[in-house]
Amino acid sequence: MAEPARARPKPTPETQHFWDGTQTGELRLQRCDECANVYFPPRPFCPSCASRKVSIFKASGKATLYSYVINHRPAAPGFTPPYAIAVVELEEGPRMMSNIIDCPQTPEALELDMKLEVAFEKLDDKITLPQFRPAKG
Amino acid sequence: MRRNAVAVVGAAETTELGVIPNMSQLQLHADAALNAIADAGLKLSDIDGIATAVETPQQIAHYLGITPTWVDGTSVGGCSFMLHVRHAAAAIEAGLCKTVLITHAESGKSMIGKLPRSIPADSLQGQFEAPFGVYGPPSMFPIPVLRYMKTHGITHEQIASVAVVQREWAAKNPRATMKAPISVEDVLNSKMIAYPFRILQCCLVTDGGGALILTSADRAKDFPNKPVYILGTGESVETPMVSQMKTFDSSRAFTVAGPTAFREAGIAHKDVDHLMIYDAFAHLPLYGLGDLGFMPHEETGKFIADGNTRAGGKLPMNTNGGGLSYMHSGMYGMYALQESVRQMRGIAPAQVPGAKISVCHGVGGMFAASGTVIFTNEK
Repeated sequence: MAEPARARPKPTPETQHFWDGTQTGELRLQRCDECANVYFPPRPFCPSCASRKVSIFKASGKATLYSYVINHRPAAPGFTPPYAIAVVELEEGPRMMSNIIDCPQTPEALELDMKLEVAFEKLDDKITLPQFRPAKG
Repeated sequence: MRRNAVAVVGAAETTELGVIPNMSQLQLHADAALNAIADAGLKLSDIDGIATAVETPQQIAHYLGITPTWVDGTSVGGCSFMLHVRHAAAAIEAGLCKTVLITHAESGKSMIGKLPRSIPADSLQGQFEAPFGVYGPPSMFPIPVLRYMKTHGITHEQIASVAVVQREWAAKNPRATMKAPISVEDVLNSKMIAYPFRILQCCLVTDGGGALILTSADRAKDFPNKPVYILGTGESVETPMVSQMKTFDSSRAFTVAGPTAFREAGIAHKDVDHLMIYDAFAHLPLYGLGDLGFMPHEETGKFIADGNTRAGGKLPMNTNGGGLSYMHSGMYGMYALQESVRQMRGIAPAQVPGAKISVCHGVGGMFAASGTVIFTNEK
């Protein structure tokens, strides 16, 4: 019997550009053309000033570790515990949930504020997830 | 809203709490409602307002045979009932109804007739949280705590002491699920759930329910039990996505709901005799103490670890044992309200002597929503 699969996101018209971006190795954010607010998750207007004039841009992929748990039980389908569920703070300001890869899943290795960089994990032909790993150098 | 214009005149939990394999979730609502109606000395036909969460008001009205002129189906998680109290008080003041029944029940353990909860893959949570391995509240609610600890200098031992003190309170409550004493070491050596939290820092999973009946203060004096007046209330919501909170150092929903209730009540923190802060997980009382303005966040861990919230302490808190030790069916806010009402009536198993003002603060979702109700037994 096949292993139960990890939850897969299903894009909507408002978020399609984000998921198109991860497939091409880009982490995409949005910026308000009126007030310069950078925000996430995606929506076609600025949640700060309500302007509909917003642009999509490629983020640097640099982030720091804001907080996390190391989940032991119950584990989500498709995950082998213990695994960290992290919230990272992007260089551009917004935060997002992700996982920390290429790093022991321990409190000792996962230091708050450590520098991270984006990596992309292909789940299938339609979905690639943004993940983060300790920044090199 | 006018202070003390509306009162709780009926309050009861389900006949049993804990594991109730012989009742569906809907019947648990009815069991609590019938107990509250008996407590108030009313008939079902006296009820003209209904509020409930998860289950719909139409379901409860139909099952109980009630024809309401006012309904509230606000369903924002475990603090929904605090919001119902606030909305019901406003509705009674506005003359939309006279006697409101608020019900909660959940077959959280036995899962009989429990409505399914699922996260659609095309929701924002389904796209931007679920794929990263969150799986139920234990994997989500503690996500902010490491940042909170770092910012405010809180220790693992201090957060463990929340569970220890609440177990002490639970031991004084015959209906509490867990009564055996525990130590900080026991907490820190218990089974790991989601680092940094272990099982003794996570709420119980039980079956049960509760119901409240509210009416105008003018009518309240004619009821069999001592009226418990609504002195002040507050509510807010922030985000259903824990990852998108404005900060992990504080809860924005708490900082709106709590201070709104204090302003409305016109009281100072030193006036508070009894406090309930919904503890789905052990960090919530720390957030609550700080965000409601009792003290700076830096002092919250030490305040609890030093025993100030114990029996005989400066600020008795979560005197039923809380969601960690009393019971937690999934939406605990109703049980916090029940304990505040018992304390104000002077009939709590672990009664705070002479308590006149009780603050009851709830959370919904993972810091997604918040409601605060301040009660008093003096008009």
